[in-house]
Amino acid sequence: MALNAEESGRLVALLGGHAERVTQRWTDIVAGSLRGRLSHAELRRQVEDLHRAIVGTGEQGAIDLSAESAGELRAALSELSRGRARQGFSATETTISIFALKDVLAELVQEAGGANALHDYVAFSKLVDELGLFTFESFVRTRESLIADQAEQLLELSTPVVKLWEGVVAVPLVGTLDSARAQVVMERLLQTLVDTGSPYAIIDITGVPAVDTQVAQHILKTVVAARLMGADCIISGIRPQIAQTIVALGIEFGDIATKASLADALRHVLRLTGVETARRQPRRDA
Amino acid sequence: MTAGVDLGQPQAQSVRSDEDVVRVRQLVRTVAVAVKLSLVDQTKVVTAASELARNTLVYGGGGTVEVTTVDNGRRKGVRIVFADSGPGIADLDMALTDGYTTGGGLGLGLSGSRRLVDEFEIETSAETGTRITVTKWSR
Amino acid sequence: MERVPILKIGDILLVSIQLDMSDQTAVQLQDDLAERIVATGCHGVIIDITALDIVDSFVGRMLSTIASISKVLDAETVVVGMRPAVAITLVELGLSLNGIRTALNVERGMELIAAARADELDYQLDDDPDAETATP
Repeated sequence: MALNAEESGRLVALLGGHAERVTQRWTDIVAGSLRGRLSHAELRRQVEDLHRAIVGTGEQGAIDLSAESAGELRAALSELSRGRARQGFSATETTISIFALKDVLAELVQEAGGANALHDYVAFSKLVDELGLFTFESFVRTRESLIADQAEQLLELSTPVVKLWEGVVAVPLVGTLDSARAQVVMERLLQTLVDTGSPYAIIDITGVPAVDTQVAQHILKTVVAARLMGADCIISGIRPQIAQTIVALGIEFGDIATKASLADALRHVLRLTGVETARRQPRRDA
Repeated sequence: MTAGVDLGQPQAQSVRSDEDVVRVRQLVRTVAVAVKLSLVDQTKVVTAASELARNTLVYGGGGTVEVTTVDNGRRKGVRIVFADSGPGIADLDMALTDGYTTGGGLGLGLSGSRRLVDEFEIETSAETGTRITVTKWSR
Repeated sequence: MERVPILKIGDILLVSIQLDMSDQTAVQLQDDLAERIVATGCHGVIIDITALDIVDSFVGRMLSTIASISKVLDAETVVVGMRPAVAITLVELGLSLNGIRTALNVERGMELIAAARADELDYQLDDDPDAETATP
């Protein structure tokens, strides 16, 4: 689909020879499609960048988007689509900025006339299609990485590991636990044990509506891993339905401590560590 | 490529001694870091490589380990091939069972490392020896 | 072949594994440690594996063996500093490190050994106190 050296020579002549007019027309067409959501000055700057990149690449000979000589052109296209993706433009609105060049070229080729006119226009058109597809691809990639980033941020927000007491940390789990999230939570819990030097962890699943075998396995593996590291886990807040699921699935919780509520779990840990609960001590006024 | 490891080009390490097993671990670690495996996945694949390289040495009488980067378009991964020309594995089903050993180990080498990787293939015969291929993909 | 150094701190032997051990080095450590326990009369061994980025079945077995040997020689072994990724991998591998005591860090390990010794001394109150003090 690449342009050969002769074709790109003629393309450069057309675009370079009418630089001012090309950028002007191109900007106008794009501006029409975006209905004022980008300033005219900014659009013009983007179009000038693209124009410069295409002419720059063409001056080096044949234009092949995958060749090394087209590095600048690829960078300009990626830059444009990244910007548009971040600003919330749709895929159509983004690629149209490239396809607009076809209209401009059609006018120019028609004016220039000559025996090669049709042949050239078809070749140029193909090149523009290729540029458009490239832009579309990098638009999608940017959007995908935005989504991945957001998912990750959400995961971090939804899985706090908090210190409850000296030597006791807790993870209050809220919402549906899928396998991926369970894994992230558990890794963070184990890392927190190391960072804080806490030998006790409470996993509170009061806010978890259901568990499947995989999630239960993840929790179990975490408890065993914590034990290997020298820490004890207590599971609290198991709902009746979850208790039934656990038994029905035949998951063996073995000798893992389970408590009805987070408060019970904390009391249990404090008793193990020998901290007296306040109730037992006569209160002294300050 | 910016990574220190030449992606795509397989890297070989012969396994003739204890120290070679350590070298296999280090090689696998470098490649696993280059394809951006998570820390836990790096640890899993290096541990599996350590088990399998030791098997190559102890049961296969030595052999070679080849580490390659693989890419299925969506994800990258590490592929490791352990090959020896030893006597082969007589009873494969038994060898893949937890706790079964003919060599005085814990019997977790094969069965355990299979759980640590995403893909696990094994070809074995008395004539050609044993060839194990494992792959771990990035998440 | 490299050797893992063994430090004596009070009544405790501290082994901090800093290198990617070959199997031979691991076996050597097992032997060295048994000798040092007898030679020093220490009652506690702390093996710090903070620096180990993997523990495979061979090293796992070495840790178990060291724990058993030192038990026979009247010393308590605690493995400290296992990294989360290593622990997760061991669980997947199916290695449970039965019979090994673990702690998060050296400090906790020392507390564990002190507590274990205190329990034992309680039992030994009726024994002849001179019997315990014969160390070179």
